Amino acid sequence: MNVLEVDDLKKHYPIHGGMLRREVGRVRAVDGVSFSIAAGETLALVGESGCGKTTVSRCILRALTPTSGAIRFDAGDGTVDLATMPKRAMRPLRRHIQMIFQDPYSSLNPRMMVGDIIAEPLKVNGVPAAERNARVLELLDLVQMPAVARTRFPHAFSGGQRQRIGIARALALNPRLVVADEPVSALDVSVQAQIINLLLDLQDRLKLSMLFVAHDLSVVRHVSDRVAVMYVGRIVEIAPTDELYRSPRHPYTETLLAAVPAPDPLRRGRQMKASGEVADPAKPPPGCAFHPRCPYVQDRCRTDRPELAEVAPGRWTSCHRAREIELAGVA
Amino acid sequence: MSATTAAAQDRWAEATQLQLTWWRFRKHRLAVISLVIVFLFYMVAAFADFLAINDPHATDARRSFIPPQAIHLFDEDGFNPHVYGLRGVRNMQTFQLTYTPDPNRKLPVRLFARGYTYNLFGLFETDIHLLGVEGGQRTDGIFLLGTDQLGRDLFSRMIVATRVSLLIGLAGVTLSLLLGIILGGISGLYGGWVDTFIQRVIEVLRSIPTIPLWMGLAAALPNTWSTTQVYFAITVIISLIGWTDLARVVRGRFLSLREEDFVVAAELAGASQGRIIFRHMLPSFASHIIAAVSLALPAMIVSETALSFLGLGLRPPAISWGILLQDAQNIQVLANAPWLLSAAVPVIVVILAFNFLGDGLRDAADPYG
Amino acid sequence: MAERTSLAVRDLAVHFEMEQGTVRALEGVSFDLHAGRTLGIVGESGCGKSVTARSILRILDRPGRIVGGRILLDPGAPGETDLIAMNAESERMRGIRGGRIGLIFQEPMTALSVHYTVGNQIIEAVRQHSDLSKAAARDRAIELLREVGIPRPELRVEAYPFQLSGGLRQRVGIAMALAGDPDILIADEPTTALDVTTQAQVLDLLRRLQQEKGIALMLITHDMGVIAEMCDEVAVMYLGRVVEYAPVLELFTTPRHPYTRALLRAVPSILATPRQRLATIGGAVPHPGARPAGCAFHPRCADFMPGRCDVGAPPPLAPGHAGASCFLEVPA
Repeated sequence: MNVLEVDDLKKHYPIHGGMLRREVGRVRAVDGVSFSIAAGETLALVGESGCGKTTVSRCILRALTPTSGAIRFDAGDGTVDLATMPKRAMRPLRRHIQMIFQDPYSSLNPRMMVGDIIAEPLKVNGVPAAERNARVLELLDLVQMPAVARTRFPHAFSGGQRQRIGIARALALNPRLVVADEPVSALDVSVQAQIINLLLDLQDRLKLSMLFVAHDLSVVRHVSDRVAVMYVGRIVEIAPTDELYRSPRHPYTETLLAAVPAPDPLRRGRQMKASGEVADPAKPPPGCAFHPRCPYVQDRCRTDRPELAEVAPGRWTSCHRAREIELAGVA
Repeated sequence: MSATTAAAQDRWAEATQLQLTWWRFRKHRLAVISLVIVFLFYMVAAFADFLAINDPHATDARRSFIPPQAIHLFDEDGFNPHVYGLRGVRNMQTFQLTYTPDPNRKLPVRLFARGYTYNLFGLFETDIHLLGVEGGQRTDGIFLLGTDQLGRDLFSRMIVATRVSLLIGLAGVTLSLLLGIILGGISGLYGGWVDTFIQRVIEVLRSIPTIPLWMGLAAALPNTWSTTQVYFAITVIISLIGWTDLARVVRGRFLSLREEDFVVAAELAGASQGRIIFRHMLPSFASHIIAAVSLALPAMIVSETALSFLGLGLRPPAISWGILLQDAQNIQVLANAPWLLSAAVPVIVVILAFNFLGDGLRDAADPYG
Repeated sequence: MAERTSLAVRDLAVHFEMEQGTVRALEGVSFDLHAGRTLGIVGESGCGKSVTARSILRILDRPGRIVGGRILLDPGAPGETDLIAMNAESERMRGIRGGRIGLIFQEPMTALSVHYTVGNQIIEAVRQHSDLSKAAARDRAIELLREVGIPRPELRVEAYPFQLSGGLRQRVGIAMALAGDPDILIADEPTTALDVTTQAQVLDLLRRLQQEKGIALMLITHDMGVIAEMCDEVAVMYLGRVVEYAPVLELFTTPRHPYTRALLRAVPSILATPRQRLATIGGAVPHPGARPAGCAFHPRCADFMPGRCDVGAPPPLAPGHAGASCFLEVPA
């Protein structure tokens, strides 16, 4: 059963130019993205900056209004389409989708006590005070923070502890979906590990459904069940995590994996086959957007845009040559 | 970690924003001194009539241009604060009357002496003043800073002027603050064409040269208006210009806070617009506003002083720093009575104090910055 | 090691005079940079890795102050110079900065002005360190841009920094650093702000340049992957001290300091199995102003020996010798 089904989601930004400010072009930040998240599943959305992964997550949270497409969300008492939901009607739905932020410093109001920060979602959704207090203590325990934290202010805590507080707030209302936007990328290595472990624990204990937006493929390998790789506004590959890393089916995925330096000097000298830079979403190349960088490019890649297709059970990729070429993964 | 530092850490961890700001503010020595000075000035303003010695409006041609006079604390008998009576001597070359202290006539200085009648806080009438002399002739009195051409006591006038000048600044800032917060808030919160419109209005207002604008507006004030009406009108004129700065501060804070993650988080939690504004956004920049206000106040005070000095603001018989300085405009008068220039001292002191205070507050306002 | 030692840092100590008291950002840091080799400096926030770089270049901002140690350029050679003894603003130091030691920033825009074209800025830097004419300097700038792999450098020389992508900007930043033809390069988190594919390209570029020119490279990073990929030797820093120094393979196979061991186990790996948990280091890096007594790592250390680690500091490392600054290394 799916908690979330995103269907052909598009978010375009018009570019105005000239005296009359006419639309002269469009930035296709997200250009036809489809995926689903099953209950209890963590799907990672990965890609390089400008690929549209953050825009997708903001559309799901309805911090942005999509240009077109559907975002079907199982709200428990029936499925709703978030993409077309008026902003006013979103408010009662917000409790079901919560977010973990990247920056543990700016995501907590420095003028509120930690207890009040965690209790805020409860308060605005009408949970009575007595119940709130008990719940705050329970949540602090869940994220392995001491109960005394309740009466302290965020400035008393380190980045990692603040991120725990942010996670507690996101979980306060037992959301049906958690959107985590680069939740560990601002943290020190030693603290990063603590938060990754915490997320893994919470996934096990609470059967969280999570959209994990990240650029760090190493972190993603630890925490996600499935991975969707985005490039210039589109998904180029979706696969179960281990399969994607071991045997990628899209040349871009192969490039990404080869580019990550492994913490092992014996594995030095890996060869990244692709060259060049990420395409501009304002003027994406015709055909497959990756073709100018792709080492396996053929003529049809330059003209025909490949569609996302299932090439093996559970493995979707948008590459004309997915069945012909042998790509290298990481063991 | 020792017990004391652990306790200190706990105290720090549980400190509110206000406490952190105060702790940081305390470290700015100059700002703390300025705070004390500003407080003292406002106390003078509050108890102006009590502190004044002579009736600031009372004229007496025979007392014209008396030089500053010192209070003597001791005489042969020990502690016995007194001033000397004055003896007018006509200089036979210039035919000007000059005053010299007459050591033979000692006038005892008394605390809580009776003087002219006034209304304390507009509540009850009294004639008790902090200082006064006992006995003596009509021309005798304590003239700590001398007198002006009309024989009015400059010290008493300066104290009463402090009240007018400081209050006009306060009233002006309050008014600009209201305009600034409301218009800046609307501008920052709603954006779009409302924002564009308000910003253009601000730009137009700021592009008008202030002196001609003041002259025009002041000229428009009917001559028949009472001192109070003029006073009120001047306040409005000053704040009509002053609000633009505050509006920009408020708008800027709203714009940047709207993008802050913790505001987004509150929105995603389903918090109402009102809760987001009053619980998350306003507290985040209240301290910035206080700092902006303490920097705007001196500008207001200077505006009033400048306006009145140029004869465009308050008009005699009202007394303000600007009006006192107006008396010092004439070079010939100044040559005879340089002490009239001392009216500039409180202006300078209070402006500097406000500026240091504002700087200290601004630095302390953001303990997270 | 046969390579010439280009730079020797000895007992470098830097203090920050803060309102709350003195923060000891660096406490006796020593290491050598060799021509043609890469020294990696790795550590978490507050360990002092960037302060080290800024001290070497003498561009430390107030309230930071070098309070001790030596930074020897060409140690042992006839022209040996102690950079600490020099006036930071002197003509000679300015010549060394950029001319002998180049710096690559994390965010290339730090080094670039938005108001001038890329070409102008490189030409300026080239002319500062040579007697080339304007035209010759322009040719040199184009050559530099080509060298760092910027396509169509004749055109890009006229571009403003904001017209370039992050990857190209960092390449321009590297070209800037190379403008004075330095033989020592300090790269402070040069790829942290970049995407992985761009990072790989920039790392390849750095390695190629270093090999071609025999540059001594000091690579500051928090990323163990980058260290494994790029470095010959590694210095691990924690709260202002070098806690371990080792050849890269040794560091990854037989780490000796408990901090290094813990750090390596805590790094998420691209080679992980699904849902694999990581070993963690308890607590967080303390603020450098609240440095624990004794060995600064002892409150988080798995091998903490009460009465020893929390009493005195372990002996510092002898420069150039592999080892760990830890009481486990010292017989009781």
